[in-house]
Amino acid sequence: MMETLLIYAVIPLIKIAVVVLAVLLAVAYLTWLERKLLGRIQVRLGPMRVGWHGLLQPIAVGLKFVIKEDIIPARADRLVFSLAPMVSFIPALVVFSVIPFGPPDMLSGLLRWVLPLFLDPASVNRVIESGVTTGGYVANVNIAILLVFSVSSVGILGIILGGWASNSKYPLLGALRSSAQMVSYEVSLGFTILSVLLVAQTLSLVDIVQKQQAAGVWYVFVQPVAFVLFFICGLAETNRLPFDLPEAESELVGGYHTEYSGFRFAIYFLAEYAGMITISSIAVTLFWGGWLRPFPNVAWLGFLDLVPSVVWFMAKVFVFLYIFIWVRGTLPRFRFDQLMQYGWKIFLPLAIANLVVTAAVMLKFS
Amino acid sequence: MLGGYIPVLIFIVIATLVPVLALGLGRLLRPFRPHQNKLSPYECGVEPTGDARERFSIRFYVIAILFVIFDVETIFLFPWAVIYGRLALFGFIEMMIFLGILIVGYFYAWKKGALEWA
Repeated sequence: MMETLLIYAVIPLIKIAVVVLAVLLAVAYLTWLERKLLGRIQVRLGPMRVGWHGLLQPIAVGLKFVIKEDIIPARADRLVFSLAPMVSFIPALVVFSVIPFGPPDMLSGLLRWVLPLFLDPASVNRVIESGVTTGGYVANVNIAILLVFSVSSVGILGIILGGWASNSKYPLLGALRSSAQMVSYEVSLGFTILSVLLVAQTLSLVDIVQKQQAAGVWYVFVQPVAFVLFFICGLAETNRLPFDLPEAESELVGGYHTEYSGFRFAIYFLAEYAGMITISSIAVTLFWGGWLRPFPNVAWLGFLDLVPSVVWFMAKVFVFLYIFIWVRGTLPRFRFDQLMQYGWKIFLPLAIANLVVTAAVMLKFS
Repeated sequence: MLGGYIPVLIFIVIATLVPVLALGLGRLLRPFRPHQNKLSPYECGVEPTGDARERFSIRFYVIAILFVIFDVETIFLFPWAVIYGRLALFGFIEMMIFLGILIVGYFYAWKKGALEWA
């Protein structure tokens, strides 16, 4: 009884709590990193006042969001207006339930150390060998990538609903642009993921990383075109520059969340930044070997294993987030017609061609 | 097998609780002082004119329809990609026919100007 509870309730709950807190903290400090880096790019210092080099700034901002008035415009659809941010936020968080931060045996050492404090050795072994407790992920479902893909597209609904419910012109335009852009690039994104799946022959994210380990090569070297397309479409999916038309400040004020204030605005903001971390994590998992160290099969680099696998994962995700911000600080924004043309006329044919070529090459060598 | 999804369900519950609790907590802390000007939609500080529920460009509908077609196509491709190693030549030819039909439709949409934005 005690064991079943541990395996199916207590340990998953602890893992979920850790993941949720880690993601929220990461999002908060991502905003700090972004302000700092943009500051440096523009030869400013960025936030400096709250804490050492502004390190407490995200916490101050968060507190301020909580105590700000929550304005719901008089002509807005009150119910939809108040629920829409959550429709955006919950999927953005839920995708982290299947992202593998570490290998399937990541926590066995920790559990072997902690569990004997509560249990006898036999049940400790049963808990560890149950196969669901030790993984560096919340859940290992066999359709993980499909789940990520479908759950994250629910977030678009939150944006459309929010923009429509505001009953204001800028949010409506922002929401329309946002949804048109996200659905356009989602198609190409799907095709780039497919060409990785062709190579990996599995939908489970854990298996995809393990296949990369078995092959001894990160899939970015097998599918470079798919990776470049994935990254560009990822920028568009997360509404980041150079594709941040939905919030183009100079023309649309703030995009779909113009009418939002207080914590509801913060929820949209969190969802957007969590989306960046999701795209980076998926890019790392599919193309950059997830938790694997560089050259996973080269024996004399074994000392690299001294760095825990989860640190490798986070370091790779950090590199991607850095590039996201770097791109924002460097590139100007596209025009909306250019954006749609690139999506449908360049990225989609390229992604389909890449898929067909991959399939043909695999057929030749199988 | 479905047991593997239990943590995902728990995750959804907790992910729902985060914003709900934060908003509930904020309700005790934040001010509530509505004012006519605060509650009017933002239009660069001038009096708002008309309603926002107006007609908008037909392009967005066209894009939505194209999206549905191509997204359903990707969903068909997912299971195909996973068992491609076993399907081999048969799978390749089958999917090329399927993709070919869609690509013909894609070029038709292109020639009809569905992808133009002007």
